[in-house]
Amino acid sequence: MTSLLEVIDVSKHFHTGRGLFGGGDVVHAVDGVSFEVQEGETLGLVGESGCGKSTLGRCIVRLHEPTGGSIRFDGEDITQVKGKQLRALRRDVQIVFQDPYASLNPRRRLGHIVGMPMQVHGMGSSSEIRERVASLLRLVGLSPEHINRYPHEFSGGQRQRIGVARALAVNPRLVVCDEPVSALDVSIQAQVINLLDDLQDDLGLTYVFIAHDLAVVRHVSDRIAVMYLGKLVEVAPAEELYRAPVHPYTEALLSAVPVPDPRAPRDRIVLTGDVPSPVSPPGGCRFHPRCLYATEICCREEPPLIAHAHGRVAACHHPLNVAPAPVSA
Amino acid sequence: MTEALLELRGLRVSFRTEQGLVQAVDGLDLTLQSGEVLGVVGESGSGKSVSMLALLGLIDDPNVEIEGEALFRGRDLLKMGERELRGLRGRRVSMIFQDPMTSLNPVYSVGWQIAEQIRTHEKVPKRAAQRRAVELLESVGIPDADRRVGDYPHQFSGGMRQRVMIAMALSCSPELLIADEPTTALDVTIQAQILELLDSLRVDVGAAVILITHDIGVVAGLADRVMVMYAGRAVERATTLDLFDRPQHPYTWGLMGSVPRLDGDKPKRLAAIPGQPPSLISLPPGCSFAPRCPHRFEACDLTRPALEARASESHLDACLLPADARAAAHATQLAAARGEG
Repeated sequence: MTSLLEVIDVSKHFHTGRGLFGGGDVVHAVDGVSFEVQEGETLGLVGESGCGKSTLGRCIVRLHEPTGGSIRFDGEDITQVKGKQLRALRRDVQIVFQDPYASLNPRRRLGHIVGMPMQVHGMGSSSEIRERVASLLRLVGLSPEHINRYPHEFSGGQRQRIGVARALAVNPRLVVCDEPVSALDVSIQAQVINLLDDLQDDLGLTYVFIAHDLAVVRHVSDRIAVMYLGKLVEVAPAEELYRAPVHPYTEALLSAVPVPDPRAPRDRIVLTGDVPSPVSPPGGCRFHPRCLYATEICCREEPPLIAHAHGRVAACHHPLNVAPAPVSA
Repeated sequence: MTEALLELRGLRVSFRTEQGLVQAVDGLDLTLQSGEVLGVVGESGSGKSVSMLALLGLIDDPNVEIEGEALFRGRDLLKMGERELRGLRGRRVSMIFQDPMTSLNPVYSVGWQIAEQIRTHEKVPKRAAQRRAVELLESVGIPDADRRVGDYPHQFSGGMRQRVMIAMALSCSPELLIADEPTTALDVTIQAQILELLDSLRVDVGAAVILITHDIGVVAGLADRVMVMYAGRAVERATTLDLFDRPQHPYTWGLMGSVPRLDGDKPKRLAAIPGQPPSLISLPPGCSFAPRCPHRFEACDLTRPALEARASESHLDACLLPADARAAAHATQLAAARGEG
């Protein structure tokens, strides 16, 4: 099977406070991340704030230029594409943003917002576009009668539906969902998750689903990639990741999630300290200052991503839940 | 029975707006005993924060109207003057807010801010207040506290700032601590640290805690009792175990079904609640959840259900469904949610 999306050793560094004569700091937002996404699959990308998951998502849709590495979509290198080719790429790769308030133009009517991508890509006459806007609105559970309303007339959940309709307007194959439900109330969040689920079944979409909520990610994803401080620390099939995490960070992250069951055992692994600054990430394994299992080698050598049983890949010198000798998967 | 620490009777908070009267809190009754941890769960606009701000006199809006009684150790907070409230707030009742950055003053060191609060309420010399500030920072797990006491809020991370807020809230050993979404702005590993801290402090300090949150997972781990709010009203109130074992109100069922979980098998679909919360300007005359409720019948649109003990003496709910029909209704709702996928 060919991968629809290949992310190969991608890095993105930001320069901060650089004056006329140089200086300033380099923020290592994403550092050498590689993974693949198959057609029709949902890859969940999780991590805490500042781990680089959103930056990576923006690199994939080419809102950021990666500093290093390459991104291939459907076999073609898209890292450097410009002009016409970039425009063609935008038809295939779309993004849904986190904040349904900031991502919709308050001065445009709904019909304009959802129809604009089709206009830009010359997808039919204005009457055809209008018709398709109406059917898109129905698809995401909004009434086509609302076509002349402005964003402020809608609630948060409805706005997020508008964002989804706009992303789907050009028939994309890959949609990057950047925290699409984290700004919504739980009952509305469930509606939008179900909607994204249905759309994937009906339209055969491929998702990269970025979120900090592990329970949400587990629900929507086939495979999950965990990031920490710009690095990929583990990738595994969703159920495997929850059943038997390999990386200590994944283990701690899972145990930190409050379980809605008062009888659940509370054997939380509480990580001490905060996430270090991505300006000067710790040497060796970036997680070692907070890791329960860290030894001397962790401070010295950066662990490579190693394949373990059941399709799990992790970057750790002391992998958990694996047979003594790593099995190549 | 001993006198309750806090007793709300028919608390109503409304705001006059251009569109009409917004009924933010619509008749809230509540009793809280000393040392108890009460979780208040609801979505945005359910009135959970507004009700707490109202009883502390923290709503600074000329268009607000507050009715009812809020008895703190038998004295009505709503009738107290600003001077008297000031003596109470921060000393006997403290509040922690969601966003620790905006609740700290950026131009004073954290030690100064904690010491100021102590000196406002107690006659202690500056030095002693400063020393107490260091001890408090230590007690909430800030490493190297005697050095960091002179640092400014921006020099702390989000989790550390929330610890500072908690230290400040505890500075005068309050009898009641109101925590309004204390971990919502934090990452999950930092949230775990703060929840652990709150849990240990309730034992050490012995304060009653009202924990406001939208996350029923947070409540499950910390609260003795839970109150579920919807559209300005309490719809269910029970001990935490009871609420999770035998939830009675269809909204509570919906809330629990909406949350993806890490434990147990993954459902094919989430049991989302259809529709949206009602506008607080034109609440339906009957049950405010009726328009979204799959078990609604004629009476629901006509009669407003009161919060009453139906399932058991300590388990209150505001639903007109006959108590003996609840279990079956809950089961069909769960089955329908799963079957649709």
